[in-house]
Amino acid sequence: MLGLDKKDTYLLLFVAALTMLAPFLLNPFPEGSAMAQFNAGYPDLMQRFVIFGVFAIGFNILFGLTGYLSFGHAAFLGVGSYAAMWMFKLFGMNVLPALGLSLVMSGLFAVLIGYISLRRSGIYFSILTLAFAMMSYSLAYSVLATDMDGPDRQGLLQKGLTGGETGLQLTLEDPRIFGEQTAGAGNIPVPNLFGLEMRSAAELNVGDWVFTFSAGYYFAALIMLLSFYLSIRIFRSPFGMMLRAIKSNQQRLNYTGLNAKPYMLTAFVVSGMYAGLAGGLMASMDPLAGPERMFWTASGEVVLMTILGGVGTLIGPVLGAGAIKYMENILSKINSDILHQWFAFLPDGLEDFVITLIYPFIGKGWHLTLGLIFMAVVIFLPGGLVEGGQRIARMFKRKKPTTDTPDGKTTPAE
Amino acid sequence: MGILDIKNVGKRFGGLQALGDVNLSVAENSCHAIIGPNGAGKSTLLNCLVGKLIPDTGSVMFDGKSVLGRKPYEINQMGISRVFQTPEIFGDLSVMENMMIPCFAKRDGAFTPNAFRDMLKDREIMQRAEQMLEEMGMADARHDNAATMSRGNKRRLEIGMCLAQEPRLLLLDEPTAGMARADTNNTIDLLKQIKDERDITIAIIEHDMHVVFSLAERITVLAQGTPLVEDTPDKIKGHPKVREAYLGETQDAA
Repeated sequence: MLGLDKKDTYLLLFVAALTMLAPFLLNPFPEGSAMAQFNAGYPDLMQRFVIFGVFAIGFNILFGLTGYLSFGHAAFLGVGSYAAMWMFKLFGMNVLPALGLSLVMSGLFAVLIGYISLRRSGIYFSILTLAFAMMSYSLAYSVLATDMDGPDRQGLLQKGLTGGETGLQLTLEDPRIFGEQTAGAGNIPVPNLFGLEMRSAAELNVGDWVFTFSAGYYFAALIMLLSFYLSIRIFRSPFGMMLRAIKSNQQRLNYTGLNAKPYMLTAFVVSGMYAGLAGGLMASMDPLAGPERMFWTASGEVVLMTILGGVGTLIGPVLGAGAIKYMENILSKINSDILHQWFAFLPDGLEDFVITLIYPFIGKGWHLTLGLIFMAVVIFLPGGLVEGGQRIARMFKRKKPTTDTPDGKTTPAE
Repeated sequence: MGILDIKNVGKRFGGLQALGDVNLSVAENSCHAIIGPNGAGKSTLLNCLVGKLIPDTGSVMFDGKSVLGRKPYEINQMGISRVFQTPEIFGDLSVMENMMIPCFAKRDGAFTPNAFRDMLKDREIMQRAEQMLEEMGMADARHDNAATMSRGNKRRLEIGMCLAQEPRLLLLDEPTAGMARADTNNTIDLLKQIKDERDITIAIIEHDMHVVFSLAERITVLAQGTPLVEDTPDKIKGHPKVREAYLGETQDAA
């Protein structure tokens, strides 16, 4: 289907089913029950799952295939967000042109940063991309945030191109020449897709369960599926094979009459545009863009997602993005009151003791849990969550008395 | 005038004159060996031919065109393929993929952004790669991970990858270094077969005299960065200067 072989088609359909049914799958516990705080099926978080999925899929095209570790991909995320915001401010609230400009601007940035950074490889490449991202951050934070309108005027650029620390926000004074300047009741209009507002949602009540279907989520999910499909095509193309060849032996590639530079740069730009798209989607879901989106921790986050899920695998980055965002939003919401509720059945002294043990790992301490899980994955499952899944699948297979039939494709020895 | 003409090539690394004044001509469809003791400048000379190093003086002409200042991939696209001292293959890729890459390079040139084609549906490339694997006798290993092969097979694959590009000149840098006797003999047989069956010029740098005398039609002896003698194998064997500068030394070492 769609130029994919059987295995890849199943994978795509699997991911499509997961994303389309996410409002059900992520809300397994009835409303008001003790477990309800583990429900992740609310629009804001689901949108983040798929948006960071796009970001990580793109990052994996660069890091997974070529092995070049960019530590500045958040710069493209920020550029995408700012570009989308300016599209909203100047032309109107439709998300498609906004995402278009996000792609173009992040692509241009990626050409510039990639062209310079790719002159070096290894750690030097990582440091160069990190430097570029931090330069972009300080540009957005202060340099481009100065009043460009002059002291007395209160125009579009009174907070510069980026709005500085508070970020770039929509105002009632924005021209929006192709859209309405003000929505019905004197409010700022919201991002929409030909009238379908991104924040609109429908609720379905089944018994005690409440399922929310958000327009924004489904829009972002469709874009993620498209990104995922494109990444499968890239992985299976001669171009993708050349990128893997660069990771494997760049010297041989050069002496085989292939110029590694343009292959690398194309991969870098494609990957940067994925990040820009993710940034544009963020601004579309919540029309605000701040410089912190470009900070190095944001670049580090996507590295963690990709490694946690499985570098160089197709579905790994999506899983990694989901896992990290889930922990960030769910673990961090657990507080000591909730813990007391859970362990109320224990004798008082023991209850306090258990809670003291667990407390550092929840709430604001969720980073600690993430760190432990990350270490465990890197040490015991170098192939990430995907390798974990493969091992479990193999365990089940081994139990059945199957004859070892070669299916034409052997997995590399470990 | 041969297919490869090296004129007055010199290369200096700091205080070391690695190549003095090398003049060498490799005739088309011949097998030319370059021998010499360690540090004679053999590898430096080879690196000057493939674009890894740029000589300080002199000129290197391949088929009437200068190769100096061109990038390695450009020189390869002109028709010079190189086999490395330690086999350089794509270890993370399968044997079949290893063979497909030079086929793509031959057909599509140095860069093609073909990100939406399915490589497994590219009949022409698949057939060509399959045929090359058959010729190399490695068709059964096509799905194996290239890194898991023996050194002899890696060498065989590397030579096959070079041949897939149908080069006019094949440069071999100590192709049997570090190999077991059986692997060495296999490699010699393979190279002999290539020499007989194809219109190809082979230039070989080698330490192992057994390999050199089984293959070469002409031999150049390099010592301290300058060619000492150039002649046929029979005459080289008996040449007093060569015995003194080189053969004696390797016999001691062996």
